[in-house]
Amino acid sequence: MKPVLAVEDLTVTIGTRRGPAHAVAGVDWAVRPGETLALVGESGSGKSMSVLAATGLAPRTARVAGRVHLLGTELTGLGEDRRRQLRGRHIGFVFQDPMTSLNPVLTVGRQVTEAAEEHLGLTRRAARSRAVELLELVGIPSAGQRVDAYPHQFSGGMRQRVVIAMALACEPDLLIADEPTTALDVTTQAQIVELVADLQRRLGTAVVWITHDLGVVAGIADTVAVMYAGRILEQGPVDAVFATPSHPYTGALLAARPDPAAGGAELVTIAGAPPSPLDLPAGCAFWPRCPVRGDARCEHELPPLVPVSAGHQVRTFYPQPSDGERQ
Amino acid sequence: MARFVIRRLLQSAVVLLGVTLVVFLLLQLVPGDPVRVALGTRFDPQTYEALRARAGLDQPLVAQYFDYLRRALTGDLGVSFRSGRPVTAIVLERLPATLSLAVTAVVFAMAIAFPLGIVSAIRSGSLVDHAARVFSQFGVSVPDFWMGIMGILLFSGVLGWLPPSGYVALTEDPGRWASHVALPAATVGLVTASILTRFIRSSMLEVLSEDYVRTAEAKGLRTRVVVLRHVLRNALIPVVTVVAVQLASLLGGVIVIEVLFAWPGIGRLTYDAVAARDYPVLQGAVLLVAALFLLVNLLVDILYARLDPRITVK
Repeated sequence: MKPVLAVEDLTVTIGTRRGPAHAVAGVDWAVRPGETLALVGESGSGKSMSVLAATGLAPRTARVAGRVHLLGTELTGLGEDRRRQLRGRHIGFVFQDPMTSLNPVLTVGRQVTEAAEEHLGLTRRAARSRAVELLELVGIPSAGQRVDAYPHQFSGGMRQRVVIAMALACEPDLLIADEPTTALDVTTQAQIVELVADLQRRLGTAVVWITHDLGVVAGIADTVAVMYAGRILEQGPVDAVFATPSHPYTGALLAARPDPAAGGAELVTIAGAPPSPLDLPAGCAFWPRCPVRGDARCEHELPPLVPVSAGHQVRTFYPQPSDGERQ
Repeated sequence: MARFVIRRLLQSAVVLLGVTLVVFLLLQLVPGDPVRVALGTRFDPQTYEALRARAGLDQPLVAQYFDYLRRALTGDLGVSFRSGRPVTAIVLERLPATLSLAVTAVVFAMAIAFPLGIVSAIRSGSLVDHAARVFSQFGVSVPDFWMGIMGILLFSGVLGWLPPSGYVALTEDPGRWASHVALPAATVGLVTASILTRFIRSSMLEVLSEDYVRTAEAKGLRTRVVVLRHVLRNALIPVVTVVAVQLASLLGGVIVIEVLFAWPGIGRLTYDAVAARDYPVLQGAVLLVAALFLLVNLLVDILYARLDPRITVK
């Protein structure tokens, strides 16, 4: 099946006072209809930036290069106006913080269907009943009345439901969820994850889920791409990556998950910090923190993405566990 | 809403009461004797005493104040020491001139500041932005009386397009009113426009970086829609206050400009009353200005609630 959204060799360079920052340094990923792709990584790993750049929402100071295909249309060569239309019509966005991603002075109903008015030519009257429908779809009680309420009259979890309703207004082919649960409390987090998974099953929407929460990834994703310092270090089917993490970084990340069964045991961490995007190393970016640290090649030569099994690729000279242990 | 307005009006009455007290006391500190000024240099002491008694100036201060207050409540603000005419009439007949100048100046200022501030925020760092910043720097730093004089020299002296000074009531002849109001309003408005442009620009810039603006962009809305519906509406909230403060201070009369353009407004009246130590007129003018100020503030609070649904007036 043709991917809904695919990026090839995407780079994002942001001009700063101290020189160019390489936020995304050559990334390839694709998400197919109905599929969920999880982009995982620490803050600053380029996971959000790669998606924003692909959809034309990167900050003005960013220079974006590479190819982006949306439903088979190459976006890179298109004018801003056409890109804007394609984005609004085919992609829905759910951002991190529902407290700030809604406009405080417009009713939620108005905000939910704005995109449908723009791209599907809905009249204001039709938009209103569509808004009620969408609010019901995301589980907002007495949607008929709440449609005229303002964002400040909703709780955080309810606001995120509004944002999801908004993202679904044009029945998009792709939903981009940029850490949609980070700003919510744990109970609400679970509800939102559940809601998106349920909507995806019913509507067949593809989802790109940006997160640093590996627990969420295991629960909802089909494929996962682990990003570090602007590059993908490992990607593949979520079962394969979780069962046999082949990059030392993925292994360390999985080991660092808090384990409730371990009780009061100290949390496992990865020592050190990622490199500055102003000064990416020539070799493997994870090398300074790597528990394996193979040889001098790691420090000076960028490892290519190599396949370890069907659809499972890893960017290291030393896939883990080594071939001998794998049998 | 009605309850809010009534409560605010009551509060305003208390503030006005305070204003009368302060003005009354301040005037006691001003050196000079109004009766003496009214009589000129040669007068006989009997006339002097008689006049003082008629004006109530021989009474103790407290009695004078309460007497003033009691009559003020019935709309009687006393009579002018200078002309002998009722103060209420004098002050009210000056109101249209000041009102028309202030409103025209603010409208003129908004007509410049809104487009300039908006474009300069959206295209920050562009040529337009730099030009806007030079303009507002110029407007804030150049004194208004100098700009007024230059305006008269250019548009009246050299080009002969506009009358150099004077006032024609709007109700009398709208065309001539417009030609007379143009120069003073533009002079005052330019300063206001400079202040407003800066304010609108920075308010817009702040809102432009909000998450909900990115949300609006993510929806694929046209830039015009994003700016007008999402950015401007939010950026306006603090701007309303600045416009109101500007308007209110212009309603108080722009003394220098009104004197320069021979504009018979409240500012001119205040100036003349101070020069002549015409206390009743001065008190009346200050009271009227304070009342206008309070009224504008009340309107701003109501407008706020209309612009920002998070604010409820109860």
